[in-house]
Amino acid sequence: MTSHEPMEVEPGATAASPEKGPALPTPGVDQYHVDPSLPAAGGVEHHDQADRQPKHRAPEEAKAKRSFARTFREELWANNNFTVTLLAIVLALICGAVLMVVGNAEVRDQWQYLLYQPGKTIGDTWAFVSTAYTDMFKGAIVNPDTVNRWYWNMTTWQQVFYPISETLTNAAPLIFTGLAVAVPFRAGLFNIGGQGQAIMGAIGGGTVGLALSLPAVIQVPLGVLAGALLGGLWGYLVGILKARTGAHEVILTIMLNNIAFLFLGWFILQKGIKDPARSDAISKPIQESGRLPQLIPDPLLRANLAIVLAVLAAAGVAWLLKRGRFGFELRAVGHNPHAAATAGIKVGTTVALTMALAGALAGLGGTSVALGTAPALTVDMLGQIGFNGILVALLGRVRPWGVVGAGLLFGALQAGGNAMQTFSGVSVELVGVIQALIVLFVAAPALVKAIYRLRRSPAAAAQAGLAKG
Amino acid sequence: MTTSTMDVELAVPEAYWTRTRKTGAVMVVLGLLATIVFGALAGSENARFALGENISGAGFDIPGTFGAIFFGLVALAAGVAMLVTGRYFGVLTGVALAGFIISALCWQMSVSPVSHTMPLGFIAAATFTAAIPLIFGSLGGVLCERSGVVNVAIEGQLLTGAFFGALFGTLTGSFWLGLVAAAVGGALLSAILAVFAIKYLVDQVVVGIVLNVFAGGLTAFFYEQVMRPDTDAYNFPGKVPSWPIPGLVDIPILGPALFNGNIFSYGSLIAVAVVTIALFRTRWGLRTRAVGEHPAAADTVGIRVLGLRYANVLIAGLVAGFGGAYFSMLSTTGFSKYMVSGAGFIALAAMIFGRWHPVGAFFASLFFGFFGALTGFLTSISSPIPSQFLSMLPYVATIFAVAGLVGRVRAPAADGKPYVKG
Amino acid sequence: MSAHSPSDGGTSRPPPLTEPSGGARDQRRSELRLELRGITKRFGDLVANDDIHLTVEPGEIHALLGENGAGKSTLMNVLYGLLQPDEGEILVDGAPVRIKGPGDAIKVGIGMVHQHFMLVPVFSVAENIMLGAEPARGGFIDHAKAVKLVRDVSQRYGLPLDPDAIIEDLPIGIQQRVEIVKALTRDVDLLILDEPTAVLTPQETDELLDVMRGLKAAGKSIVFITHKLREVKAVADRITVIRRGRTVGTADPTAPESELAELMVGRAVVLEVPKDEAVPGEPVLEVAGLVVADDREHRAVDGVDLVVRAGEVLGIAGVQGNGQTELVESIMGLRPSRAGTVHLSGQPITTWHTRQVLRAGVGYVPEDRSVDGLVKEFSVAENLVLDLYDLPPFGGRFALDLDAIEAQAEQKIAEFDVRTQSAHQPVGALSGGNQQKVIVAREMSTPLKLLIASQPTRGVDVGSIEFIHSRIVAERDRGAAVLVVSSELDEVVALADRVAVMYRGRVLAIVSPDTPRETLGLLMAGIDPSSTSPTTGTPASGEQDTQGEGMSEHGEAAS
Repeated sequence: MTSHEPMEVEPGATAASPEKGPALPTPGVDQYHVDPSLPAAGGVEHHDQADRQPKHRAPEEAKAKRSFARTFREELWANNNFTVTLLAIVLALICGAVLMVVGNAEVRDQWQYLLYQPGKTIGDTWAFVSTAYTDMFKGAIVNPDTVNRWYWNMTTWQQVFYPISETLTNAAPLIFTGLAVAVPFRAGLFNIGGQGQAIMGAIGGGTVGLALSLPAVIQVPLGVLAGALLGGLWGYLVGILKARTGAHEVILTIMLNNIAFLFLGWFILQKGIKDPARSDAISKPIQESGRLPQLIPDPLLRANLAIVLAVLAAAGVAWLLKRGRFGFELRAVGHNPHAAATAGIKVGTTVALTMALAGALAGLGGTSVALGTAPALTVDMLGQIGFNGILVALLGRVRPWGVVGAGLLFGALQAGGNAMQTFSGVSVELVGVIQALIVLFVAAPALVKAIYRLRRSPAAAAQAGLAKG
Repeated sequence: MTTSTMDVELAVPEAYWTRTRKTGAVMVVLGLLATIVFGALAGSENARFALGENISGAGFDIPGTFGAIFFGLVALAAGVAMLVTGRYFGVLTGVALAGFIISALCWQMSVSPVSHTMPLGFIAAATFTAAIPLIFGSLGGVLCERSGVVNVAIEGQLLTGAFFGALFGTLTGSFWLGLVAAAVGGALLSAILAVFAIKYLVDQVVVGIVLNVFAGGLTAFFYEQVMRPDTDAYNFPGKVPSWPIPGLVDIPILGPALFNGNIFSYGSLIAVAVVTIALFRTRWGLRTRAVGEHPAAADTVGIRVLGLRYANVLIAGLVAGFGGAYFSMLSTTGFSKYMVSGAGFIALAAMIFGRWHPVGAFFASLFFGFFGALTGFLTSISSPIPSQFLSMLPYVATIFAVAGLVGRVRAPAADGKPYVKG
Repeated sequence: MSAHSPSDGGTSRPPPLTEPSGGARDQRRSELRLELRGITKRFGDLVANDDIHLTVEPGEIHALLGENGAGKSTLMNVLYGLLQPDEGEILVDGAPVRIKGPGDAIKVGIGMVHQHFMLVPVFSVAENIMLGAEPARGGFIDHAKAVKLVRDVSQRYGLPLDPDAIIEDLPIGIQQRVEIVKALTRDVDLLILDEPTAVLTPQETDELLDVMRGLKAAGKSIVFITHKLREVKAVADRITVIRRGRTVGTADPTAPESELAELMVGRAVVLEVPKDEAVPGEPVLEVAGLVVADDREHRAVDGVDLVVRAGEVLGIAGVQGNGQTELVESIMGLRPSRAGTVHLSGQPITTWHTRQVLRAGVGYVPEDRSVDGLVKEFSVAENLVLDLYDLPPFGGRFALDLDAIEAQAEQKIAEFDVRTQSAHQPVGALSGGNQQKVIVAREMSTPLKLLIASQPTRGVDVGSIEFIHSRIVAERDRGAAVLVVSSELDEVVALADRVAVMYRGRVLAIVSPDTPRETLGLLMAGIDPSSTSPTTGTPASGEQDTQGEGMSEHGEAAS
């Protein structure tokens, strides 16, 4: 680095500007940019203000800086994360309610008579929306009616726990794929490849599950291991390509997602895998001995070992990041790869292993579906768990226990959404919209704050608008 | 040890294994594979290449075994030439790949139990048709990323365009208004991207990914709630009129592809030309590229960086949204949920493969479209080559491209980096 | 569908480039008198500029002299519209102007060459120069006109440029020329040069000084920001000295250097490190014929031979960018060498990984602490074990011992007097001096054979400088070999027992620190006073014969 590198291409490029003391806010190019390795979105950690500054800015300088970025970050971190998340959820549910109304012909038509029958219009709308969301709650957490009926011995206790069981069932794979995004994020890598890694995991686990007939105590761990291994390999491929060639992991993972998807489509048609008794593209059913055991052996309560494994995985990741030697290397590489290399950490190896770990976690997510709830391997068996995992990780602010919380929330939304569709006739697709909105709002807390300020006092909002504009 | 080059600035002599030679080595392997394996497996029947859009009519025949071996040798020769000369990367790669593909075709067609004929006109038309949404999508990517905003929301923009086109085309009863609505729809999604990425400084990849989920969910929700219950009222846009150009249509092979078109096919060609000229010949283009490469430099000469980025992201949405209408107004009539099914990501791949250049993106789209057409053809002649593996090729090619194995691909330097004024 | 409409995306505030034919220029005023009155700029609690007054007369070269961090660049950014002042006003030709952005500055006739060039690396010279003021017809760029303009302007001011060359292929000196021409084509009358010589070689610096004189002759005013006295004395008409954000006086270039320096620093600078005579022992670090390429594949280190013995400090002096960084990085295993060998206590370490080098008893204080030395988001405690975390007692095969890490932190914080609220505070929140102490503490926490310290006190307060210097000398006295690299000649002379001068990737000479400054200065400029040939790496004669083994061999090979 003799000299003047063509600016901001690489974090290290500005090393040539040491003439500047730390006390001076120079217009060095690096200041124009927020470090991309920091998740401007969910944010990673936030012990402290200074923590959030772009790497190469000296602290005094940072304190001195009064730019929009600083105001933005101040708002971001002065803010209680929990509050922002809660407000974001409320906001997203409000948007969801609006969509529900627009999407329902009867209620929508009623709005034509707003001026003539304002009471009825508002009343109908409220009734419709509240019923739908109540159904969602009943489907996700607990249904008071069922509790009541159980009290009078009109139904079984299993019925009472059915919603919770569904929530946990939906949450488990999301926690896995969420962790698969959160871990690399801490190493400065954005893993969009959860979907592909989960698919490979499902192939690995599913194959063990359908092809072998061993005692369950052997076959289940074997299947889980195969899933983690295959997913891990798929992740490692990304890591090693990134470390060796510098190819961007976002592009690599997007491509590998599609390749994995196509591979699954081919794989389930192969002899020995495909179900010969059926004409459509579906594999042989997973053997009973290969299935993850249910938490409570009951046909109604589907929740299985996956959720336990997912929480254990989160605990393991939490330990790794706080106390693990590899976690230290991973975080050092994530925050400042140059300093990590100077301290003798092998950055490329760390990147490759991090992606392998992420792949293994996502692979476990895929396996947990293949051996948990899916009857057999099909092309769309995983839905969008990889992409939803990204949302979960961002909502959980890429911390392990945050991911568990976000995974449970998304699992609940999914379970509740199914109930809502069945009982209120609101398509379950609304859940995807609400989830995306929550994450969008969480990603931009400044926006959430602005919106709520607006609701409090229009004058203040106008001012805020001016200040920002 | 250093005497001979004491005053030479360059420290390292050029390595023998340049990218051309590496690629040449790969081509040699492919050529050998084609010559030996395809040659051995090929049948004695003729492989017939018909010039028109169907299997009858004029054409030429190549004996299967001969063709497989001959074109395998062509690929081999091109590979060897690359190894020896270390030059002519583009031409020789093209020749080698073409030789390999034709060799494979000779083998497949000569042993096909269904048909030994490939209608080239049909393949060309199918290639272009498959490429159209990719062209619009990748242009949307180019416009956005050249100004420094990463656009992984192409999938969502296409989907929104498809949805708006179908919905408003039906509601207004006008196909043309539907097209306008499609473009506006894409721009609306882009506007969200712009606000979050530029104003709220949210990581651009994050916003893009979330917007894809958002657009998918939103359109699927309204499809389920509104369109599906009453298709005639909400999901029955007009049919795209076809505008063949008399005379030119009859040109063999390329005629039907290029000159029997419609608003989408002609539009895509015009869009490529316009974007290319705009980016590289106009004041706006120079400034856009400056903002994407070095926003601070642009700022210090009085260019409004953020304004330019907003404009570009919105224009990108217009283009991609327009292209999205292809799905609901050309390839099928009407919207169905998640109908774009990954085309946005292939478009992203095409943009990268085309090195962030509109013309490059155009050819990359055609390249990917060709494999789509080939997949369809091989399936139709009951080829044993799994269609999934052919469909993987665009993605594999892109991985090779970004990994620098086919030459280094360089994104705009400030791509993905929000600009905050000091 | 997008060719024409979007041309409004950027503003057209600066007028399109006019062809500056003689007649057109005469109509415009070609002289500009600038006055800054009471400019104050605060960043939070920090007052970067405090009531600064400055007047620049037409056609003068006005030097703005001050230490790093004195507030010079802030002031110029205010003037160029990149920052808005909190108080004070700017007057051009006696009339107050409000400069809201660079566009406004250009409009009133002020141009700026930034320390970090504002050039698009992948654009051509002509494209960079016309950017923002493109000659165009209906939105389409008139490339020929732009090229002609570049030719005209560069010819008129004697700044030859190839309009079609791509910026990233050009050497730094030429890139700077592009920046100057870019400003000149905008017809500015006052040019701000922000630390223009920081990245230049001595020759390029001299060329630039000539260019400045030429511009002055053409009637332009120049504000020349620097902290280098020699350059100021060579070219300036008037000097304004800024210290800690305040104007502390104006001076005449004929004033003696010592007086200027005192104005600048606020006290007479005596940089002396109390130390005894060195007692050199066995060779510890032996570098022979080392060749290292920089990021642009240029030969940054071009056959360096060095020996550092136990118990001595070898200082490497030289203008920044003459291969010092690459040399050190290569020794540390951070940058592969292309030829030559490195031995540590007789063991070849040329191809070792950084971790192996560190484990072999090498301590390394990197040149840029915020990039290479620290993870700012990590706590002080974590940074204190950044390269020791895998060693007992801090870490085992899998887990870290957080208690041991914390105990170590408490001990080091006390020993090295690191001012921090707690060991858990992110290191980024500490002052520069304390950050540097964290690195020094870490690197000295294992017994060292060799200590490599690059720019050990850059951007560090005076108290910390003394402390760090004393620790470096203590390491030497303990028996470690020490290699100190610094672009501050004073620091090298104060610390070193022997001084190696690097120039263009080679060690030009190894001399005693008592060598006269003039001789050292000449060496740093690539001129060996003891040799007829100016650039060959002949070892210095005289008392430095002990380390000559590798050198003389190499010297012969070179000549």
